[in-house]
Amino acid sequence: MNKWFKSGTPWIWMTGGAVSISLIMVVGLFLLIGWRGLSFFWPATVYEFDMVDKQGNHMNVIGEIYDSETVPKQQLIEAGISGLENKGDTLERFLIKVGNREYVDLDFQWILETTIKGKKIPDDIVVLERTKNGNFYGYIKEILENGKTLTLSQDELEIQFKTRLSMTQALKDKETDLLKGEIGRINFDLEKIRLAKRKVNLDGELSAQKIAQFAEQSQRLRDEYLVLEKQLFEYRTQAQRDSVVITDMTGRDVTMPIASVLDFYLPNKMTFIEKVLHWFHQTGKFVSDDPREANTEGGVFPAIFGTVFMVMLMAVIVTPFGVIAAIYLHEYAPKNTFTKFIRIAVINLAGVPSIVYGVFGLGFFVYIVGGSIDQLLYPEALPSPTFGSPGVLWSALTLAILTLPVVIVSTEEGLSRIPISLREGSLALGATKSETLWRIIVPMASPAIMTGLILAVARAAGEVAPLMLVGVVKMAPTLPVDGNFPYLHLERKFMHLGFHIYDVGFQSPNVEAARPLVYATSFLLVTVIIGLNLTAIAIRNNLREKYRALEH
Amino acid sequence: MQSDVSNRLRADQKRVIKDKLVKYGITSGGALVLVTLLLIFGYLLYVVLPIFAPVSLEVEKQFNQTTKQQIYALGLDEQNDISFQIDKQGTLSFYSLRERDLGELLLKKSILNNPVAFAQTSPNHNTHLFSNDKGQVIIFKPEFETSYPNDKRLITPKISFPFGETLLDIDPQGQAIDTVSFELSEEYGAIAAITRDNRGLFMVLTATENMMTGDIVWESELITLPSLPKKVSQMLVSPDFNNLFIRSDDSLLVYDISELDDISIKSVLRINSPNSHVTDMQLLTGASSLMVSNQNGVISQWFEVLKDNKRNFTFIRDFNADNNVTDIVAEYFRKSFLTTDAEGYLSIFHTTGNTRLITQKISDNGNLSVAFSPRANALLVVDGKQVTLYKLDNEHPEITWSSLWQKVWYEGYPEANYLWQSTSANDDFEAKMSLVPISFGTIKAAFYAMLFAMPIAIAGAIYTAYFMSPSIRSYVKPTVEIMEALPTVILGFLAGLWLAPLIENQLPGIILLLISLPLSILITAMLWTLLPKAIRQAVPEGLHPIILLPVLIAVGYFSMSLSEPLELWLFDGDTRMYLTNVLGIDFDQRNSLIVGIAMGFAVIPTIYSIAEDAIFSVPKSLTMGSLALGATPWQTLVKVVILTASPGIFSAVMMGTGRAVGETMIVLMATGNTPIMDWNIFEGMRSLSANIAVEMPESEVGSSHYRVLFLAAFVLFIFTFMFNTVAELVRQRLREKYSSL
Repeated sequence: MNKWFKSGTPWIWMTGGAVSISLIMVVGLFLLIGWRGLSFFWPATVYEFDMVDKQGNHMNVIGEIYDSETVPKQQLIEAGISGLENKGDTLERFLIKVGNREYVDLDFQWILETTIKGKKIPDDIVVLERTKNGNFYGYIKEILENGKTLTLSQDELEIQFKTRLSMTQALKDKETDLLKGEIGRINFDLEKIRLAKRKVNLDGELSAQKIAQFAEQSQRLRDEYLVLEKQLFEYRTQAQRDSVVITDMTGRDVTMPIASVLDFYLPNKMTFIEKVLHWFHQTGKFVSDDPREANTEGGVFPAIFGTVFMVMLMAVIVTPFGVIAAIYLHEYAPKNTFTKFIRIAVINLAGVPSIVYGVFGLGFFVYIVGGSIDQLLYPEALPSPTFGSPGVLWSALTLAILTLPVVIVSTEEGLSRIPISLREGSLALGATKSETLWRIIVPMASPAIMTGLILAVARAAGEVAPLMLVGVVKMAPTLPVDGNFPYLHLERKFMHLGFHIYDVGFQSPNVEAARPLVYATSFLLVTVIIGLNLTAIAIRNNLREKYRALEH
Repeated sequence: MQSDVSNRLRADQKRVIKDKLVKYGITSGGALVLVTLLLIFGYLLYVVLPIFAPVSLEVEKQFNQTTKQQIYALGLDEQNDISFQIDKQGTLSFYSLRERDLGELLLKKSILNNPVAFAQTSPNHNTHLFSNDKGQVIIFKPEFETSYPNDKRLITPKISFPFGETLLDIDPQGQAIDTVSFELSEEYGAIAAITRDNRGLFMVLTATENMMTGDIVWESELITLPSLPKKVSQMLVSPDFNNLFIRSDDSLLVYDISELDDISIKSVLRINSPNSHVTDMQLLTGASSLMVSNQNGVISQWFEVLKDNKRNFTFIRDFNADNNVTDIVAEYFRKSFLTTDAEGYLSIFHTTGNTRLITQKISDNGNLSVAFSPRANALLVVDGKQVTLYKLDNEHPEITWSSLWQKVWYEGYPEANYLWQSTSANDDFEAKMSLVPISFGTIKAAFYAMLFAMPIAIAGAIYTAYFMSPSIRSYVKPTVEIMEALPTVILGFLAGLWLAPLIENQLPGIILLLISLPLSILITAMLWTLLPKAIRQAVPEGLHPIILLPVLIAVGYFSMSLSEPLELWLFDGDTRMYLTNVLGIDFDQRNSLIVGIAMGFAVIPTIYSIAEDAIFSVPKSLTMGSLALGATPWQTLVKVVILTASPGIFSAVMMGTGRAVGETMIVLMATGNTPIMDWNIFEGMRSLSANIAVEMPESEVGSSHYRVLFLAAFVLFIFTFMFNTVAELVRQRLREKYSSL
């Protein structure tokens, strides 16, 4: 035994075990996020439980089984639950998502297995997704048009509900288009006129004629608005025409306007294929919809858009600087202390905590640079800041500094793999160093630059801490890109997937309801980042092979 | 031909110039990296440095008054445009401090002819009182009205009388009031008076609003103070109406006046400095601290401290002004105060910072009257006929080396401590900005993370670099390295919302894992050696992790499912309660264990990747030589490979620590963010980085809090700078060493 230990074999196994544990953790983590994130969109079976409380009263509970856990009997008895004497040591407890938030105390309820007397899976239970208060579970009872009941059979009800829902949706889409499009433009223009007037006033050139001109312009816009407003109200009244009556789990009939319903489905009736289609439909909605109810429901489209936009902006800034610095370090830098300092600077830029960049970005970019820009270019908007408050441009700049070392290291590695003979050949043919660089080296290194860029993008997409200081918000009213001139609004705040996870997971009032959404968002973010990294690795490996061939 | 050559030369010249331009362009581009780093360093320092800037006091404006006044009190408006003086003849006069009419008398009113005594409230209430020789008082208030005629600010002085211009009767017997003190708030007032025949009277004024008309009616109640000392030197009513301080030479009597039916002496103390006598006492803003000055120049601070369930006035710390202190003046909102002494020196102190900020001789005689401006950016000094406005630059008196890094005895606390509590609802709150608890939190988080990450990462790196077959290595290494790309916000989210409840519910299982996993590896190893040789040799070398995978998963699952029976058997079914009640260990759901695991997870790839590179690039000749001399693979590893690669492993650990120290999101999400100082693994912490992320968006630009947060960022920057630079230098040297081998 002693000899066996001395031989080192157990220690080799131990180090091997460390590798296994690392692998289990990595793969386990991906599986966990993937499973939790993807299963959220699967239409869960909705059960109808027949429950009995202490007094022996029967009670109906309709909902999805959300989670379950085993609890020791002892703990339950201590908590004051009686009648468990002849049960086993541990009992099962279910977390039921009952929805109907405005009619029940808790939309997530724990129920103990002993209280369940019966469990049914009725076919015609319907799940409604609503604009407010989350999901609603129940049975469709009837459909009202202008408050009058339509006489319909059960099958017709469903079909009518569907057609009327899509009609209402179409009206609501028109309404949103109008609000965001024309009316948004009018508000934007009105604000522009106000600022223009203020600017003229600041310049001391405000004459009666100018005032009249501005007043006339605003009046024209307001007239335009009145027409649109009428249209808007018309859409709204039309959308309010139909309502649906749903019987909930207590047998109460709840009337709700179809305008407050976003979608409905009957999960227990669905075949497997329908469920798969529904899954794709829900996933699609998740990536293309706006968030609702303080981000705890709906999609993440603005967050995706904000992340992508900010990262692209950052890529535009970081690439030239990173590439030039790498070319300097590899092609021009003499072997001296200065170069050594630069190398240490690169390593340190990579190692400085991201929050420090956030602090720097807030103080330097936002307050100093942004503040100066406001003084010089937007004095009419002061004291409300234009560039002097956190925004997407400052976020991109801050992250550009943060990811600079990634681009430098990757590009330099690419440069070092280009055989020296190529450079010598070019120089021997009479090309200057800059021509060699431009015509030979940079084109050959371009995949390496690409790798660096992809890695930088992946890093920036996952970074949250500095963004919390320099531009990210939980809910941005407008995207940084829209149809109003100058189309790109770099001073605007934006939403970000990573921050969305933090915000919804930790700052929202109903964490339980929001949790699946956070898993889904996490899965999306992880997929994008891991995908980008794998692409970068693939390009790099491909490149290595190519140059290995060149060397021989 | 001629022109052809010259054309070509010109073209060449162009190319040369272009080449030069590119060279300079690229060189400056390269230098930009260094510039960026220096810019970050410089900017952080630029924001931080003002907190350590010395206090300066400069003469701004000066004028002479026509007559020499004996002054009771003086003051300024918020803009330092107008001053007022209350003199011993009983008049209140306003003088201009504006450039255009400096020294001009703006308003003068005789409040009371030949007053006997004078009293004033705390500076932010700015109300004053005169008493006469018939047991009456008058209460008045100098006020400043701001208006904007022609878009320019104009401040006009005004005098208001909260209780009307008539005299208020205090003593029903009509005796002269010799010593008086009072305090007044919106709905409550208190006047303490000592009559010539040495009776102590205490009048309470209560405001009631008439529901119908909205008028405010004051009602008064008179109480006689019990057990008064023979001689009353000074009297103070605390602005929170809880205490009345009566000084009789060197003794202090503290009356509890919070219950009007039961006014009694709480305590009697000697408050003089040894071998000296008390000259003055004054309350600091916030009503908690009493400053007592002595003839020998010592100023001592006293406040109530809870000890053995009793609140006692306790000596806290003292300051030294060198000479006989004649007067103490407190600032409006901060814990600063100034003293003037018999030699004409003026000194400014800050209690939390425990410092003398400045001492300056401003006069040749010792009879000075001084007032702070409301914004504490100026001082008004009256020295005989001369009135001087000093510009005072004292932005951040509360931040000193000692208040940042040493124990400070804050008001109301039982003892000196390290505390971080930067904001509160009220203005006169004493900010507690010690960087020690949050630096401790950072170190604690990094420590537990490294405790988790180091063994796994280094052992994993050793195996991957030295024992693993190349084909598996090409899959395993990128898999572990890709963990580094995982956004920390996701790790933080999982740690906070998935791992924390899991560990809370399954704590015995988690602890069991710590034992069962290594044990199961050893048992597997043993069983493997017992297998017939034929089977063992059929499996190629370097597959240990693959063999262990199913074993570890099974053991892990088994341990977790044992958690509940174990909990029932050992810990009465609730480990959390058991920990708290029986072992006395506090348990937070989001604790250091969670942070350790989550952040350990984030630093494993960093350490693993660098350490693996270092071990893998140990020259093969070394290992071959060792093996050829008869050493076993393990001996070669321990005695040759690890020894050679140890600087690389060290550098990996440094890089990992650097990352753990600066990580924000995981700590933010996986702990409760309470700034406690305790190594308990089941409690949380607040780290520098998380603290910045939480508080920075709310801090006011340019305030002390803002600058201290920048200082926290600067500390992080320096910390990681050192770690990374050392790691990089070690790595570079190692690379040179290998290349020479």
